[in-house]
Amino acid sequence: MAPQAIFDEMSGHDGQSRDAYRVLQDWLKSAPPQLLEHRREEAELFFRRVGITFAVYGNTEAEERLIPFDIIPRILSGQEWARLARGLEQRVKALNMFLKDIYGARDILRAGIVPPELVYLNPYYRPQMHGLSLNSDIYVQVAGIDIVRVDDQDFYVLEDNLRTPSGVSYMLENREVMMRLFPELVGMQRIRPIENYVDELLGTLKSVAPASSPWDPTVVLLTPGSLNSAYYEHSFLADRMGVELVEGRDLFVRDEMVYMRTTEGPKRVDVIYSRIDDDFLDPLVFRPDSALGVPGLIAAYRAGNVAIANAPGTGVADDKAMYSYVPDIVRFYMGEEPILKNVPTWRCREQGALSYVLDHLHELVVKEVNGSGGYGMLVGPHATAEACEHFKARILANPDNYIAQPTLALSTSPIFTDKGLAPRHVDLRPFVLTGRDGVRLVPGGLTRVALTEGSLVVNSSQGGGTKDTWVLSE
Amino acid sequence: MLSRDADSLYWLSRYVERAENTARILDVAYRMASMPISYNGVETNEWESALITAGGVDQFRAVYGESTPESVIEFLAFSEANPSSIQNCFDTARQNARSVRSALTSEMWEAINSAWLDLRRYKARKIKVEDLPRFLNLVKEASLRYDGSAMRTMLRNDAYWFSRLGLYIERADNTARVLDVKYHVLLPQDAAVGGGIDYYQWAAILRSVSALVSYQWVYHQNLRPWLVADLLILREEMPRSLAACYAALSRHLDDISHRYGTSGAAQRQARATHARLTNRNIEDIFQGGLHEFLQDFLAENNRLGHAITNQYLC
Repeated sequence: MAPQAIFDEMSGHDGQSRDAYRVLQDWLKSAPPQLLEHRREEAELFFRRVGITFAVYGNTEAEERLIPFDIIPRILSGQEWARLARGLEQRVKALNMFLKDIYGARDILRAGIVPPELVYLNPYYRPQMHGLSLNSDIYVQVAGIDIVRVDDQDFYVLEDNLRTPSGVSYMLENREVMMRLFPELVGMQRIRPIENYVDELLGTLKSVAPASSPWDPTVVLLTPGSLNSAYYEHSFLADRMGVELVEGRDLFVRDEMVYMRTTEGPKRVDVIYSRIDDDFLDPLVFRPDSALGVPGLIAAYRAGNVAIANAPGTGVADDKAMYSYVPDIVRFYMGEEPILKNVPTWRCREQGALSYVLDHLHELVVKEVNGSGGYGMLVGPHATAEACEHFKARILANPDNYIAQPTLALSTSPIFTDKGLAPRHVDLRPFVLTGRDGVRLVPGGLTRVALTEGSLVVNSSQGGGTKDTWVLSE
Repeated sequence: MLSRDADSLYWLSRYVERAENTARILDVAYRMASMPISYNGVETNEWESALITAGGVDQFRAVYGESTPESVIEFLAFSEANPSSIQNCFDTARQNARSVRSALTSEMWEAINSAWLDLRRYKARKIKVEDLPRFLNLVKEASLRYDGSAMRTMLRNDAYWFSRLGLYIERADNTARVLDVKYHVLLPQDAAVGGGIDYYQWAAILRSVSALVSYQWVYHQNLRPWLVADLLILREEMPRSLAACYAALSRHLDDISHRYGTSGAAQRQARATHARLTNRNIEDIFQGGLHEFLQDFLAENNRLGHAITNQYLC
């Protein structure tokens, strides 16, 4: 599929500066040597200050778990973004139609496109959602689609995150820092703004409010609480949207209506932006031992008195086994060829694929179908023989639980290091908002970067960092 | 606003105020203990007295037995066995602050967070008795910084008012307890009133609520026990007096009821207590018994706390 020489976002395959990077590269050449070092220190100071105010803390440790920030922006041209945006919209539309279908008519199963057991035996499939007609037909209001590229032609989807994707607060803060630190550089080109994301999010959430809710529906953000690792983002978004940040215990259900406890008495809630796993939403329906949830919430939801975004049960469409069917899903519902490509995937549940994977382990990346955060995966080319053997046994014990993909020559983008600029592998997570009134996309996303030379793992839990992402006006 | 957020703000302010009060009590004990015995009076144990004022004598006995300067400092400043130790106050305050992060201004959060970090360093070091003043200063300054940030940066809405309610309930409780522990010192006795010992005891009471200089400005005369009581109970211009606390409590409760358009038990109780304080004079209070008066007040103040909780915070 991909040429094996590594594609660099700034200098392509041949070391020539690519158009979108020309202004940046000229500026980097003319900037005095100490300037970047100085700005990097300032960025660190800024994040520490914001960190002191905002960042995630462990329960007892004061040290901020700041995600490392690199000051060299990652740039996409207007044309590149336009193509990517079309692909994202197409893919998320199809996934929403897919969810409506499998919780409703199930045409796609009857048509034999997706094996029924992948749906019914999926741990994220929620029978409680079956036959439920959602007011808006939207299941995934907020999607985070992980995108990589290997050349200047194609974008590949690495993962669809359709449950509670996070990271958008870093996207917004990274831009804020860059505007403060590099006003002259930012001013030299037309970078499309992203600050309206929070408005678009609120607009999306309000658009899916139940029909019975008032003209200006009450939206809340439901968080598992301050010990959750993404709590910083939850409070950031609630604060910026001007909505209450609630925990399960702040909500209660009476006569199938959801209320929050306020100092002025119970207040009706119309839309819940949930950042809690489905499992914990309602102890009456899902996990009875959950103390995080709201008893009766699903009954209120089924009665059509509250909207939950994203809908429970969306996880069935974003696990890694279902991933390999997404191109077919796009063709089935949209009647078009998918604009975004999938990384070729071997499903270990299929006998032929399994033996291929076991024979080629050292050149593949093997993932658990329901894993996330870079845990439970094997990067074959970087693994010892012993680790490969060990992983082989795990796959054989439960082949259905694994998929394998070729190791992609992910594109690189320069980062600023002690020794000057150096290329590191990157991915991109744009956030796709879908409301009753259509898809909203802010131009850009969160660029994650593997800070260790040669590393392909960009997850922040595994030592990855982030960059600002610039989309230029056409 | 969310009841849980209002509750967190209310207790956040209570705990910061409590930490400051404990620091003041320790400060007085340190000062009195370092006086020559001829001034201080024989056989008084200032550390013991600090323990009684701050509360938690039983918990203290269970852990330490005998009161020594080191054990009392440890207990009041750092002990995990004491839920009101300065360290525990700031731990709880910070937990509350985190959970209402977006209701706080960044100045308030930084005040809490940096104090909490400083305290952890002190705790790790095991402070000596002679380090105490510097440590107590840090606590008092943290409280001032938090309070000042709230005053200067918060919107005047229910979030602000609930945080003020916590502060004044806690402050009224502390002033009444300081007076009650020392009430016998204020009662007229057979021994010559106005001797050196009494003087230092009265001064200590005033100092523990930061009112020694204020006393001179209000009364322009030597320390008199009934005037000390008058200042701390009835004078509204004295910011830690019971009357001042209740003026503020009923004002902020009214702010809330105007904003919400309804009032309830909390407003009625605060107004009634405030009226009683405004209509009393100190002679009557001494007549009926200072100790009895203060005990009644502490119970009433506690009831108001419950009324606020029932009406708004749960």
